[in-house]
Amino acid sequence: MADISEAASASGTKRGVLATLELDARLLGMLVAFLAIVLIFTVWTGGTFIQPRNVFNISVQTVPVAIMACGMVFVIVTRHIDLSVGSMLAMCSAVMAMSQAYWLPSLFGLEYGNPMVLVLTILIGFTSGILMGAATGWLVGYQQIPSFIVTLGGLFIWRNVNWFTTNGQSVSLTDPNLLMFGGTEGVLGAPASYAVGIAASVVAVLTMMAARKNKIGHGFVVKPMWAEGTMMAIIVATIMLFVHWLSLYEIPAGKLRRMFEARGETVPEGYTAMHGLPISVLILILVAVVMTVVARKTRFGRYIFAAGGNPDAAELSGVDTKWLTVKVFALMGFLCGLAALIAQARLQSHGNDIGMLEELRVIAAAVIGGTALAGGVGTIYGAVLGALIMQSLQSGMAMVGVDTPFQNIIVGLVLIVAVWVDIIYRKRMGISK
Amino acid sequence: MNRDGQTPLVELRDISIAFGGIKAVDHVSIDLYPGEVVGLLGHNGAGKSTLIKCLSGAYHMDAGEIRVNGEKAHIENPRDARAYNIETIYQTLALADNLDAASNLFLGREIMRNGLVDDAKMEAETRKIMGRLNPNFKKFNDPVSALSGGQRQSVAIARAVYFNARILIMDEPTAALGPHETQMVAELIQELKAQGIGIFLIEHDIHNVMKLCDRASVMKNGQLVGTVNVNEVTDDDILGMIILGKKPAHLAA
Ligand SMILES: Nc1ncnc2c1ncn2[C@@H]1O[C@H](COP(=O)(O)OP(=O)(O)O)[C@@H](O)[C@H]1O
Ligand SMILES: [Mg+2]
Repeated sequence: MADISEAASASGTKRGVLATLELDARLLGMLVAFLAIVLIFTVWTGGTFIQPRNVFNISVQTVPVAIMACGMVFVIVTRHIDLSVGSMLAMCSAVMAMSQAYWLPSLFGLEYGNPMVLVLTILIGFTSGILMGAATGWLVGYQQIPSFIVTLGGLFIWRNVNWFTTNGQSVSLTDPNLLMFGGTEGVLGAPASYAVGIAASVVAVLTMMAARKNKIGHGFVVKPMWAEGTMMAIIVATIMLFVHWLSLYEIPAGKLRRMFEARGETVPEGYTAMHGLPISVLILILVAVVMTVVARKTRFGRYIFAAGGNPDAAELSGVDTKWLTVKVFALMGFLCGLAALIAQARLQSHGNDIGMLEELRVIAAAVIGGTALAGGVGTIYGAVLGALIMQSLQSGMAMVGVDTPFQNIIVGLVLIVAVWVDIIYRKRMGISK
Repeated sequence: MNRDGQTPLVELRDISIAFGGIKAVDHVSIDLYPGEVVGLLGHNGAGKSTLIKCLSGAYHMDAGEIRVNGEKAHIENPRDARAYNIETIYQTLALADNLDAASNLFLGREIMRNGLVDDAKMEAETRKIMGRLNPNFKKFNDPVSALSGGQRQSVAIARAVYFNARILIMDEPTAALGPHETQMVAELIQELKAQGIGIFLIEHDIHNVMKLCDRASVMKNGQLVGTVNVNEVTDDDILGMIILGKKPAHLAA
């Protein structure tokens, strides 16, 4: 079983700086595209685009799509699709809005502001998401109905069950605790944000060190220390800059006054406070980290990629691919519930059209982020970056006065071009898939 | 076929399976003893792969019984087969092309550390076994889609050998290999045989069959033509069985 020709190529020839950093070309391409978008709109808007307030808004607006895109990566990697995520989001949002406004107060007599309202509402919303997703997964996995059909059906069904759930009415979010998952209503403030930033930096550095040590322990070649150090520096700098930037966004005086009044206090003379990290962004980061660990470091994740690469091989290796399908769609449903919590909190109400057409943005984010529709390939960070690129593009265009229809045309074109460029790149590099 | 009172490692008794109207395997019985290599022969479509897939848990037989070490075995899926220490090298190799060699080798049986898969450990183990099976193998961090046919085959073989199989099924293991690599597989089979492992070997090259197998079972159109002791027949006898579908006259007794 010898193959001598392969032996020579593996032992390293001279490697470029980028190769030494072990950054993959796809990620690099996306980062460059993202930075170009930021640069262009910053210049175009005379600096407004990059101001803390706008960075804050873009971050918050990205969250629901990015969270769902993380789940969509798993769905697409296993060679499926979920067209029902926008409708599932609406459905979760509907039951949560109804729970906090009517069901919980009338059934359990829970009063306004009772923290149990928050807990039960979230529980009900997430459970709904998981159940809807699991039902989809059962139909796809065990009954072998194509996911395209099941979720196309789901798109119509849940959108309209949602309508009946609220009788077609908008429901405003009255529970004060629920609002903290939205935008400016739920922020950490500057000190806590810096603390989170430092903690995240420490965790990132320690994780990289541990991975390096593990590799050395097994006698593998690792990248040189300067390369490792550079990567760590870039990551820490990015985290801290982001935290710092959001901590420059001041809470308006009027709102500050209301916040103090709510606690029965008055604002001290000359007192100011900053927004800092929104809780919703923190949740997205948490979701992205956990999903990345799941994808790379758990059996579940390994089986998702194996089943996507070759379903027969996975099955013959003892993977229960049917049950796996149920779990993947149930996870997607759960993330729709989480996205619903954040989306409705940001809008401070549940409207009938919440999450409308969101499935397309979610799929686009995953695909722009490098998830292959043929299955077996995709990354969580790619999907999050994909969502961020689309949101930045859209916000930037809105700021420079591009009409909404035209914004959507551009987003559509970007989706096609992103995949096109990727195909050309892969052909040139001779990568088959 | 009771060899000096020994219990067979595997008995396949009266196995049948049909796809639609096609009887892919039609009342076939064969057995396998420890340290024995049984060749499975027959034209394409004879039902060889289908038969062994009943044993490996990939297919559900319609009728028949499988016994392992003399006891009735319940093999509903590939996991069950693995639990009986039955390992299989499939004709299609059954590799996930997007994963690297180590992930494929340990697929379904990952080495875990603190609840997470231990990739470094699995790669180290993979390097060890590949060092034995295919010392020139270097592409440990590439997806197996980047490997040559021979390299892919060696990953599939490594996966079957690594987990201390008692019963090994090899469905055309040398199909993608050159002469030198084929020779290495032949040596591996002899080594495993010496360790007391029982091997079902599906193989088209009659010379390899004569060299490696103790017995040969020939199938045609889903039925068993017969099983012969290789040292009692010539290669022409076996070829006759494959082509004509009946045992040669001097053995038919
Ligand atoms: N999954 C399947 N579905 C339908 N027919 C099958 C399936 N697997 C095998 N067959 C049929 O069973 C017969 C035996 O095939 P196979 O066992 O692959 O033969 P061999 O391995 O001896 O070449 C063929 O006619 C084949 O078409
Ligand atoms: Mg075959």
